[in-house]
Order: sequence, then C-alpha cells, then structure tokens
Amino acid sequence: MVILEIKDLTLRFGGLTAVNKVSFGIEEGSIESLIGPNGAGKTSLFNCLTGFYRAQEGDILFEGKSVMKMKPHKITTLGMARTFQNLRLFKNLTVMENVMSGMHCRASAGVAGAILRPPTQRAEEKRIRDVALECMDFVGILDKKHRLAKNLPYGDQRRVEWARALATQPKLLLLDEPAAGLNYDEKMQLVELIRRIRDERKITVFLIEHDMGLVMKVSEKIFVIDYGTKIAEGTAQEVQNNPRVIEAYLGKEEETAV
Amino acid sequence: MKEKQTCLQSASAQTATKRKNPLAQLIDRLYVLFDDKKVRYGVLAVAVVVLIYLPMKSSMYITEVMTTFWFHVVVCLGLNIIVGFAGLLSLGYAAFFAVGAYTTGIMILHYGISFWLTLPVSVLMAIIAGLAIGGPTLKLRSDYLAIVTLGFGEIIRLAARNLEITGRATGLVGIDRPTFFGIAMVRINHFYYAFLVLAIMAIFISYRLQDSRLGRAWKCIREDEDAAEAMGINVVAVRLLAFIIGSVFGALAGSFMAIKMTAISPESFLFTQSVMILLAVVLGGMGKIPGVILGAFAVVIFPEVFRGIGQYRMLIFGVVLLVLMIYRPQGLWPERHT
Repeated sequence: MVILEIKDLTLRFGGLTAVNKVSFGIEEGSIESLIGPNGAGKTSLFNCLTGFYRAQEGDILFEGKSVMKMKPHKITTLGMARTFQNLRLFKNLTVMENVMSGMHCRASAGVAGAILRPPTQRAEEKRIRDVALECMDFVGILDKKHRLAKNLPYGDQRRVEWARALATQPKLLLLDEPAAGLNYDEKMQLVELIRRIRDERKITVFLIEHDMGLVMKVSEKIFVIDYGTKIAEGTAQEVQNNPRVIEAYLGKEEETAV
Repeated sequence: MKEKQTCLQSASAQTATKRKNPLAQLIDRLYVLFDDKKVRYGVLAVAVVVLIYLPMKSSMYITEVMTTFWFHVVVCLGLNIIVGFAGLLSLGYAAFFAVGAYTTGIMILHYGISFWLTLPVSVLMAIIAGLAIGGPTLKLRSDYLAIVTLGFGEIIRLAARNLEITGRATGLVGIDRPTFFGIAMVRINHFYYAFLVLAIMAIFISYRLQDSRLGRAWKCIREDEDAAEAMGINVVAVRLLAFIIGSVFGALAGSFMAIKMTAISPESFLFTQSVMILLAVVLGGMGKIPGVILGAFAVVIFPEVFRGIGQYRMLIFGVVLLVLMIYRPQGLWPERHT
C-alpha cells in the first residue's frame, strides 16, 4: 500500500521553479530515499510535504488524505514526522524536555488540566514521560536525559532530534540529511537505526541524503531529482547505472573526450 | 560579547561546584534544599503564617505597601505568562486591568450587581479582549504584537476617557465595597488578605502551568517556533492561550483594584503602568517565577524607600535599572546550575 503519494507537485518561488511536476509514491513499511545534486530541490520538496511551504500545484496524499493545505502541526498529528537538515533542537531545554515535546500532539491536557491536575492529567504526564524515555533509550541517549541539548556533542544532538521525531509516534518519518556531520562509526550506527526504526517500530522511512554509500546501503528504492524534476527512480543498482543520474552528478561527457 | 557570555555560562554549568561567586553558590544550595518536599512545604507554611500575621503587627503604611506589592505580584505573573512563558512582547498590559476594573466598576455602580458576581463577567471580558487583540496578531511575529498591544492600551484608555458609561475623564467614583461572608471589606487589612490570596493563587497557577504540557509547549515555541510546529504544537493556538490567561490575571487584579480604590479613572491605566509591570518582569528575569516576584517587590519598594528624596528617586531608579540591565540582562534571579 502507498502511504504517501505525490502528484504533479509544483513549487515556485517567484520565477524560480524549485519543484517541477514531481510525482511518486512511497510504499508503506519501506525505506526510500530522495537524492539529487545540491540545489536540486530536495529540501523544498520535504518542506512541501510537511506543510512548511505551500506548493502551488499538484497534490500530496498521506494515507489517501490530502495534506496540501494543512499546517505543519496538523500534518505531524496525522503521523508524518520530520527532522531538519540543520539541527533545530530546543537548545536551552534538557534532552528529556526536547523529546517530551514530541508527545505534545498525542496528549490533550489544557489549562484546567494543568492547574487542577486531575488523575487523567497525571496519567497523561506519566505516559508522556514513559514514551520519551523509551524513545531516548531506542536511539541511545537515555544516559544524557538531564543534559541541556546545547551541551551535547553533535552526534548526540542528532540522536535527540531522531528521538524527538519518534516521540510524535509517526507512521512516516522524514529524515532530512540525517548523516550530515556524522563520522564513519556514527553513520554505520545510523544505518542500523534506520533499519530498526522500520523493523521494530513499523515506521516507513523516507530520507534525503548526500552520502551515497549510506543511501545505497539502506534504501529499497531511490528517487533522483535534478533542477526540481524527477529524473529517475528505482533500486540502488538501477539508479547507479542510469545515464541521466550520472549526467546530473558528474556532468555530460564531451564527445571529443572519448 | 553575547557569545562570550553563553560560553562562560556553559562552562560554569559544567563546573557548577567550582563557581566562585558565593551568592550563586548559596542559591544553588538553596535550589537543592528546596527540592526536598518537606523543606519546601515547611518554609511555605512559615511564610504564609508570617504573612497572615503581618498586618496585625505592622503599621498601616507597611500593610498598604504590601497590598500594593501583592497586587503587583498578580499582574506581573500575569504578564510573565505572556512575556516570559510564551515569549510575546506586550506593551499595553494595563489595558487588561482597565478592562477588569471598568467591568466591575460599571456593574456595581450602574446596575448594583454584587462584586462577586462581576468577577466572572470580568474574566469573560478579558477573554474577549484577549481574543480580539491576540487572534489576528499572534499569527505575526512578536514585534507586531508589541505595536498592536501598545495601540490597544491607548485605545482602551481613550475610550474610557470619552465614553459616557465609563464616566469620561472623571472616571467612576463611589464604587461600593462588597461584603465577604457578612464582613464588610472596608479596612486595608481586608484588602491585604484579598490580594494575598490572589497572589498565592497566581503563584500556584503559574507553577502549575509552567510544569505542564502547555508550559513545555511555550518553552519550545520560545526556543524555536518552526521546530515546535514540526513537533505538532499548534503555535498560534498555544500562544493565544498564553495571551488570554495573562489577560485574565490582569482583569481579576483590576476588578479587585476597583473596589479597593472605590474610584477609577483613565489616568489609573497609563502607558507608564504597563511599562512598570513589564519592567518588573524583565528586571526579575522573564519566565522565572521567583524572579518575577522579586521584580515586583523591587518596583514597589524602591520608590517607597527613596521617598525622602522626592523626584530624584526616579532618576536613581533609572540609573539602577540601567546598570542592572547592562550587567545582568537575564534578570536578577539566577539560573539554576546542576
């Protein structure tokens, strides 16, 4: 079953077409990637999917429901979580508070609940804590839960972001360059983590990544875009051998050079 | 400069035990001490008993000043929810206690309704005013809100100055004081207790809100609006809620002010009032409840202590503020280091 379907999506910034009639679908329970050279429109596309940008044309269907005109918080509530290319942690909050924020949309206590603290609110707070602890444990930062996010090393900050996204209890997780700035060991752990997210938590994963090694290793299907247009899709093998992809990345071979 | 500071802060966070400033060390120790529930409730019980006995033992002057202080605790904590918790700049907060004060004043004076029944109406009016101001503006970035609230403050004051029902420039005079379970509220002590109760409620509610799902959402929005949105937090709705709760605090304080003073006029709700309250919040440390109480104390006590030197006191007050803001921009109350 297709969990996310993108139909003829077009996003323009004035005269510049950042995303041009892109269509594809993401299978439920799969790990799929979006690649493309710098400035190809990958992050713009991501921002459309999560409601941060409004695309002018086309449609985005999440579980058959159009999310084109929805605000980001609504989309997250529906079950599509994202991480950011440049870390966007709540720097002055603790790791625990960061991850707990993900549960906001899965809880409902309002002003009266906060002030009076009835049993339902207490139970909800406990549930929020439990989920946060479990997510921190899953990504391996449980021992740093009381540290301020800004005081953590970069690799750990990445983990906090993943834990926070997992805490929203998504069905589909969008990772925007999760490997950026990670060293080799951390990347290998990331590959394992992405697989565990899918296998153990049954979450579909869709990622943008520059690290080809990682993309080829982890993805079951790859979409390639260049200048806002989709130029190829398929397995790692198929994409690697696609002449248009090679051209997009390495440039066109000149006739005379042969 | 700023970067240097944050650098120093994080360094000091890591070596909390080695901090040299003895005052900061003392406060760190106090924080740890207050983590113990027995100590906390013990100290609170003693404080409450002392505060209950205070008006019986002290002069009328001190009771009066303390009553003003409790009033300021309520309004400062109210504004703190808007400015400190949700990170919205509001420059017209006095307008909200004008809304409360006039609602109560008009209902008592023109319709002879009991004071206690005017309170829910006052709350309702604050909610309506909060929605009217916050609804359209909270979608915008904070700077616009500052200008709109500034305008709102002036509109309310000018409306009160020109409308028949609000008594024009003379305001409302001779607002009847209520009875509380048969006791006529006429002495300053009665109002001292009324405002003490309000202040305790304000402190309690502030703490409860801070340590809740909503409180965490406010913190997140203050840190990073987009990330908060991505976490499924409805930024506009949650902000609006902060704005309305803050307005309700102000309106309730205003209602009680109306019966304490028995007369209110547009000049009771000047822009300078809003600024003084904002000042107390910033001075004490935005978002830090004990800090805000300290800030309220400072803005009430300072002019009283230096009353002897007449108009110069405001000059000295200004200089002290300037120095404080240069050396402690984060406010008087220190951060907790663990």
